Amino acid sequence: MAAALAIRGLRGGRIPPPPHPTGPLRGAASGALQRLGEWFYEVEVVLGWAERLRRRRLRRKNAHYSFIQSLHGHNVAAACFAMSCGGRVRFEGQQRWLCADSRGRWSPEVLQFHHVPVVAVDLSGSQLTYDGLDNFVLLTKLQHLDLSGCPHVDDWALGRLHVFGDSLQELSVARCPRVTERGLATLHQLPKLRCLDVGGLAVQSPGLLRILLEEMLPQCRVLGMEMEEGDPPEAPPELGQPPPLCDSAVIGGRVVPKWH
Amino acid sequence: MLRAVRGGRAVWAPRGGSGSGSGGAKLGRPLRTAAPQRSDIFRELGPRLSRLGQALRGQLPESEGAWNSLRPHQNSPPPPERADVVVVGGGVLGWSVAYWLKTLENRRHGMRVVVVERDPTYSQASTVLSVGGIRQQFSLPENIRLSLQSATFLRTINEHLWVPNEPPIDIQFQPSGYLFLASEHGAATLEAGVKVQREEGAKVALLSPSQLKAKFPWINTENVAVASYGLENEGWFDPWSLLNAFRRKAMSLGVYSCVGEVTSFVADTADNTPGMPRGVGRVKYVNVRLPDSPEQQPVSCAIVVAAAGAWTGKLLDSATAGLQGSLTLRRLPIEPRKRYVYVWHCPGGPGLETPFLIDTSGAYFRREGIAGNYLGSMSPPEGREPDAGNLEVDHDFFQEEVWPRLAHRVPAFRSLKQVKSAWAGYYDYNAFDQNGVLGPHPQLPNVFVLGGFSGHGLQQSPAAGRVAAELLLHGSCAAVDVGRLAPGRLWGSEPLLEAAIV
Ligand SMILES: Cc1cc2nc3c(=O)[nH]c(=O)nc-3n(C[C@H](O)[C@H](O)[C@H](O)COP(=O)(O)OP(=O)(O)OC[C@H]3O[C@@H](n4cnc5c(N)ncnc54)[C@H](O)[C@@H]3O)c2cc1C
Repeated sequence: MAAALAIRGLRGGRIPPPPHPTGPLRGAASGALQRLGEWFYEVEVVLGWAERLRRRRLRRKNAHYSFIQSLHGHNVAAACFAMSCGGRVRFEGQQRWLCADSRGRWSPEVLQFHHVPVVAVDLSGSQLTYDGLDNFVLLTKLQHLDLSGCPHVDDWALGRLHVFGDSLQELSVARCPRVTERGLATLHQLPKLRCLDVGGLAVQSPGLLRILLEEMLPQCRVLGMEMEEGDPPEAPPELGQPPPLCDSAVIGGRVVPKWH
Repeated sequence: MLRAVRGGRAVWAPRGGSGSGSGGAKLGRPLRTAAPQRSDIFRELGPRLSRLGQALRGQLPESEGAWNSLRPHQNSPPPPERADVVVVGGGVLGWSVAYWLKTLENRRHGMRVVVVERDPTYSQASTVLSVGGIRQQFSLPENIRLSLQSATFLRTINEHLWVPNEPPIDIQFQPSGYLFLASEHGAATLEAGVKVQREEGAKVALLSPSQLKAKFPWINTENVAVASYGLENEGWFDPWSLLNAFRRKAMSLGVYSCVGEVTSFVADTADNTPGMPRGVGRVKYVNVRLPDSPEQQPVSCAIVVAAAGAWTGKLLDSATAGLQGSLTLRRLPIEPRKRYVYVWHCPGGPGLETPFLIDTSGAYFRREGIAGNYLGSMSPPEGREPDAGNLEVDHDFFQEEVWPRLAHRVPAFRSLKQVKSAWAGYYDYNAFDQNGVLGPHPQLPNVFVLGGFSGHGLQQSPAAGRVAAELLLHGSCAAVDVGRLAPGRLWGSEPLLEAAIV
């Protein structure tokens, strides 16, 4: 293409931030400022790298467990992912929650649930992102999902929860700093929802929002968004029945510490 | 002044040792440029540096900030005399392509990209007057792909456009989906569209009237045969935030921003250049008229990107007027069409679940915030295009055309008495086939046309800018095949028609 050729032949000079011909800075003064500007620029580049590194790590943590999925099915893959995030899962017909041990390993026992659907996932305080949800979208029987205190769960992620529309009954997005009323509006796609915990969200008018949420989800109890201004976002009541703690027989350890 | 500088020196004196950590000593923590062990060092460093930077900037004289590349362009400098790429038009498409050019070039500071915008207040630019919708419900695979890619970009916008030491970008995306309603007459087209959308990977559901009623009880489903509802990546966002984010990032990467109007091109044509075939030309300079002055500054350039929005046709017309005789340019059918937007308040109206609804009649509305406000409008019927000479709002159009249609579809709107506010903006209307035009101009091969998106240019700007930059830099684009969007079609007989134009 002519245009592409034209551009390649061009000489490219180094361009510092646009110079100002009539600026009052000249001589040593402007030289010093120029250097400062460049120094700042370099620091910013380093900050940019650090940020990129952080994002890469986060992406790796939220990778799709497609290999496990192809070997053991999507239920096991979802369970393994949740456990490696420091979360826990419950399979249908089980009372126990499964989670990883203190060193992040999970018990091979989970493999026996190949054909058993996952009904509950607790990812509270985990580093789950939008991409990490790839591991859950095939769970058609998921009834209970706890995303409370997840720093990376945002409105885009909430927009993906519609896939659980036929089953999800309890959801917590409490204390997710990046969730706003815009994401909550998508929850009308969850008509089976019975209990929604929205405590500690940074929204502008919680009173109004609560009314709107209740109108949108008439069957659902909305927890944690009280009318009174300045109400401290106290730990809201647990969703439904309090889930039993991890069974030590399974993991031989303790509950993995949460991030927040 | 000098004191300020000396002060600055004193603070930053240990610069020479910054690599070994002594420079950071002043900051209370060692500054390491090697791979970070713990990223929170950097997270703390950011705000501190930003404060110091702010303090330093504060010491500079009020009017100028020669080394601060992030200053918005009041008092903007005149354009440089030489550039590699001149982008005409600083709307969202112009800044997007400028950003991508700098991001995709492999040498830092390699290319000199200049964005020329005649109106830094953006008083008429479509970008800031649009309603900010994004959807994948198109009938052409190109449009679906561009929108899908743009949605991914918008979702991860901070990975692309975040500038160190600035707060994260929030475009206030509202993921509420588009809801297209079709009558019996339009049902087949709608379903065919949904099939293509699903093949392209968009998440779209078809709803029967009863399903529709169950999901959105406030809809009157009379004469609706089928509806399609976008489940993901659809909704609306704040156009201004996106424009600003592109502009900031591009400028931090070294793109020049200048205020001025591109008035004419100086080109090599068959008349002044031996060996040039007749009927084509090659732009050597663009003349930029500086604001409030008759002065024109020539800027020599290798590539011109014509991203002047609704005025792209006019730009090419008037900029090449001087070439008439030696080179007669065929007219580019991208022109301004006035579109109104009305905002109203309706206390008992549709709730939080309200999508961006497109009625069978072509009228549309969406929610605006959570306090019972809505905005909407429709394109005027064929043959009733309003005069595009100004941006005055025709309030009768709402009463006579828009409101009756919306009130029929949403009975709650019947009680509506009057609109709260209204504005008008220009669609960058491609009169030939209402689709984006993206590619080099056939008669001026180094003029790249990027416009004519007719009401979906905002949402496609991230991907369209990227595609344009890739075409300019590499001559091809792997991600989306946009061959059919090239301007050549505009003078042929086969329009690339899009069924879902709102
Ligand atoms: C009412 C309305 C609703 C819309 N809704 C949506 C929507 O929901 N979703 C969507 O995706 N899109 C929507 N659009 C369309 C969208 O706004 C445009 O497609 C998009 O903004 C085009 O961007 P642009 O950068 O090409 O144009 P603009 O933003 O118009 O920028 C062009 C700039 O070029 C400048 N310029 C022109 N000529 C010259 C010259 N000779 N020299 C220097 N500068 C020049 C102008 O001053 C202008 O600032 C809507 C548009 C309108 C009017």
